[in-house]
Amino acid sequence: MPLLSVEELSVTFTARGRKDATAVDGVSFDVDQGQVVGLVGESGCGKSVTSLALMGLLPRKGVRIGGRAEFDGRNLLGISERKLRDLRGSQLAMIFQDPLSSLNPVVPIGIQVTEILQRHRGLKGEKARKEAASLLDRVGIPDPDRRLKEYPHQLSGGMRQRALIAMAVACAPRLLIADEPTTALDVTIQAQILELLKELVDQEGTALLMITHDLGVVAGLCDEVNVLYAGRAVESAGRRELFAHPTHPYAHGLLGSIPRLDAPRGEPLRPIRGSINDKIAWADGCAFAPRCDHYTLECLTGTPELTEPRATGHQVRCVNPVLPQAEVPA
Amino acid sequence: MSLLELDGVKVHFPVKKGLFFDRTVGHVYAVDGVSLSVEAGQTYGLVGESGCGKTTLGRAVLRLNDITDGAVVFDGTDLAKLPSEEMRAFRRRLQMVFQDPLGSLNPRQNIESILAEGMAAHNIGKDQAERREKIKEILAKVGLPSNAMSRYPHEFSGGQRQRIGIARALVLEPDVIICDEPVSALDVSVQAQVINLLEELQESLGLTYLVIAHDLAVVRHISDVIGVMYLGGLVEEAPSDALYAGPRHPYTKALMSAVPVPDPEVEDRRERILLHGDLPSPANPPAGCRFHTRCPWVQETKCATERPPLLDTGDGHKVACHFTAEIEAGTVKQTLATGIEAVISTEAVATEAVEVSEGDAETADAPVKKEEEPATVPAQADAGEAERAEESPKA
Amino acid sequence: MTILTNKADKIDRLAELTQSSEAVTGTSLWREAFRRMRSSKMAIIGAAIIAAFVLVAIVGPMLAPHGPTAQNWRSEVFPNQGKFVGMRGENWFGLDHLGRDMFSRWLVGARQTLLVGVVSMLIGLIIGAAVGILSGAAATLGGKVGQRVDTVIMRVTDIMLSLPSLLLAVSIAAVLGQSLTTVMIAVGVVQIPIFARLLRGSMLVQGGADYVLAAKAVGIRRKRIVLTQILPNSLSPVIVQATLSLATAIIEAAALSYLGLGNPDPAVPEWGVMLSQAQRFFDNEPMMAAYPAIGIIITALGFTLLGEAMREALDPKLRG
Repeated sequence: MPLLSVEELSVTFTARGRKDATAVDGVSFDVDQGQVVGLVGESGCGKSVTSLALMGLLPRKGVRIGGRAEFDGRNLLGISERKLRDLRGSQLAMIFQDPLSSLNPVVPIGIQVTEILQRHRGLKGEKARKEAASLLDRVGIPDPDRRLKEYPHQLSGGMRQRALIAMAVACAPRLLIADEPTTALDVTIQAQILELLKELVDQEGTALLMITHDLGVVAGLCDEVNVLYAGRAVESAGRRELFAHPTHPYAHGLLGSIPRLDAPRGEPLRPIRGSINDKIAWADGCAFAPRCDHYTLECLTGTPELTEPRATGHQVRCVNPVLPQAEVPA
Repeated sequence: MSLLELDGVKVHFPVKKGLFFDRTVGHVYAVDGVSLSVEAGQTYGLVGESGCGKTTLGRAVLRLNDITDGAVVFDGTDLAKLPSEEMRAFRRRLQMVFQDPLGSLNPRQNIESILAEGMAAHNIGKDQAERREKIKEILAKVGLPSNAMSRYPHEFSGGQRQRIGIARALVLEPDVIICDEPVSALDVSVQAQVINLLEELQESLGLTYLVIAHDLAVVRHISDVIGVMYLGGLVEEAPSDALYAGPRHPYTKALMSAVPVPDPEVEDRRERILLHGDLPSPANPPAGCRFHTRCPWVQETKCATERPPLLDTGDGHKVACHFTAEIEAGTVKQTLATGIEAVISTEAVATEAVEVSEGDAETADAPVKKEEEPATVPAQADAGEAERAEESPKA
Repeated sequence: MTILTNKADKIDRLAELTQSSEAVTGTSLWREAFRRMRSSKMAIIGAAIIAAFVLVAIVGPMLAPHGPTAQNWRSEVFPNQGKFVGMRGENWFGLDHLGRDMFSRWLVGARQTLLVGVVSMLIGLIIGAAVGILSGAAATLGGKVGQRVDTVIMRVTDIMLSLPSLLLAVSIAAVLGQSLTTVMIAVGVVQIPIFARLLRGSMLVQGGADYVLAAKAVGIRRKRIVLTQILPNSLSPVIVQATLSLATAIIEAAALSYLGLGNPDPAVPEWGVMLSQAQRFFDNEPMMAAYPAIGIIITALGFTLLGEAMREALDPKLRG
């Protein structure tokens, strides 16, 4: 049984005086112990809202959440706020994109870390301080004793993200949700953080739900990949399978539109036309149809089902998937 | 002769303090002596991480920042010394595309007004009707409908806004366009549209680009020549393919190995060179080679005392490192582990380190090959050498 | 043929589903803000109060049943008991200590109050905005000399700001003598540094925006950058402040009048003066003070509501 099993998660924002906006429209995926699962997509695909819904961090008012998210036998979407708070930090932890705004600017790092240790592990005083220092050391922050006394603004971006990771793993959570953890960082720092995350997964067996827009990061880190578009998963597969045979026209197009460092120069990119604003409601058809080169009338009649046109376990939500014979260049 | 030549450009921002009248208490050395040349019709890509001064350099070319020292020679004229009104006239020929497509468009002007303003400033087009025709033509060229003219920036998507930014540059018929992170604010699927558009425009209009970006893959895709910046200076410059095939500066090597590639096969075979620590502050840059505090191959001599000049190592591949040849040949010791506590020092590096440690004594002794020393060592370097001479007996 | 129709069908169907509502003519931010104002309850209530107030100020004196100075002694009034007022007969608000019709004086006073509010706000706005533009333009695009100019101007406004506003107004009134003009100038001068600082600050923020850099890169002249780029984008907070300061101006003018610095002419009643006169009789006749006070409070509330609604409508962060 998977550690986290999300079924048909949907999130709708219902602000007064506005049309309801569905940010997540039926997303399902599983995360196993020690596994890295990626949610990939561009802005507006619902990946961040999914993570906030799982952590119970969405406002209670003006938000309608549907579906189930079984974590270790409990439905995260149904349990009380208090139980959820106990789970957060001890079993579930999250790392955000912007490390500066996720740290309290007026409290030294040390106090922020020991607070968590105190709350979830009951450590106090010197013991908590020692543990905090060893945590910082663990995530590769040099001179942890000094750093504990410093404030977030005194640390560099990479350092802050490390401090945040230290806080997230303070109680050895079973599931770590990372929402664009490296987007705000430079590539050389990104490489450091990704290695750190890899190490955590390998050594502690933590499950990692990685949310990112960067297919390169996914290719290096994730075991299973879910590609999201307009609030729904359009393709899910193991990473090798997905990158070798992107089958949904969106995933296929996305991979074709990214300039690759190792691609020979002069090879033109194949962009996807239009923008994320050109979409139709999933209830009417495939949201990607307006930007798709392969769409037919069939695409415009209700939500396409998930099928496995290529290999078992490689799910694609498309009636006209990109299959080998279609890949012949025009 | 190149269309655009930068010679020893320095941009230092004074750090000020004071109650009534500000006193200068120090400088941020944002750009500290950069020389490069951009050939007509080509694309020069400038890469580097945040804080390396690439954006400041791009703005300095247009004199949007004051240039502290050095020359920016455009088509035979040194822009750095032009009076401001003459510089303003020159801006018609040198245009810029900004990173933030929304922020760089005045929210209270419609598209026609945004585009016409620049034309009016340079007396392009006799009257409004003529300007309007021209604007229509350019909008079509960048792939926007002509009804875009009466709409406002907030009514467009990110990709369309960047097209407007490009159109704003194009209406002035410039020779050079400086693109500062032209796609980094855009969604991945839209980035390719803008990159392709820039390439098409270059082909049809014969434009020259200076592309500034942090994304090495984007830069490699569109550039003919790439310059790599670190902490205010160029550390390596080479034709795009040559740089990718064989980066020679340790920083470039690390940067390149850190760029994720969307291909698991490549990623799994990857040997990452992880750098230690963070970028030092440009207000207090390290002496000697700016990279020596993080360099995996830092040596006891020279690196900390003498700033290496950017030298041609053959085929137009320029590197600013004292030990290029030695690192290439594997005859210098790797001194810093490359990783979080050296978790995954790369295979190649590991073997290299072993090899070197055997011949430890000789490398420490003779790290410098004299032929690498240029005739044009700056005066400060001499002082550095003197220091080294004092130090070396201890080693 | 079938393929063609199929293609047409596809496009039709797609167009129908995407319900592309691409506006052909754009909507400017001002127009959008206005549209948001119209759907805001706060703005509508505020505007209604202000409209009523302005209406009273314009036509009030014509409707007043009695002249503001006409004394109307009644037989049942016993001055020695201090009973002047009462809502009976034609004197809705009763009579004051001199037997004048309070309602008539209230109606006539509305005009004076509006005049004081508007004029003193305009004094503050016009001079303050001029100083602000100068300072803001000097600071953003004036180079080193400009920054010095800006520093000097801002230190002067700092000094003005640091004086207690009422004290400043009292001293101005002391120099200029007791009159309505004095009150207007005194209240207006206090507003100058507020507007100057606000506009300068707003211009400084906008001056650092990317679109200003872009305008510079395009080669637009500095003067034009200030006028077409920076200024239009810096005005929103000033407009909001102007509306809000109408409320404070009316209250401050009332306060000055209350302190006895207002217009002593009994023929030109003003709410603040009325309030000050009612002070002596407050123990027995609180209503005498209540009428002008309620007038001031409701009017100030109207301007405040409208100002706050404007602030919300003009906030770019709330754009949606």
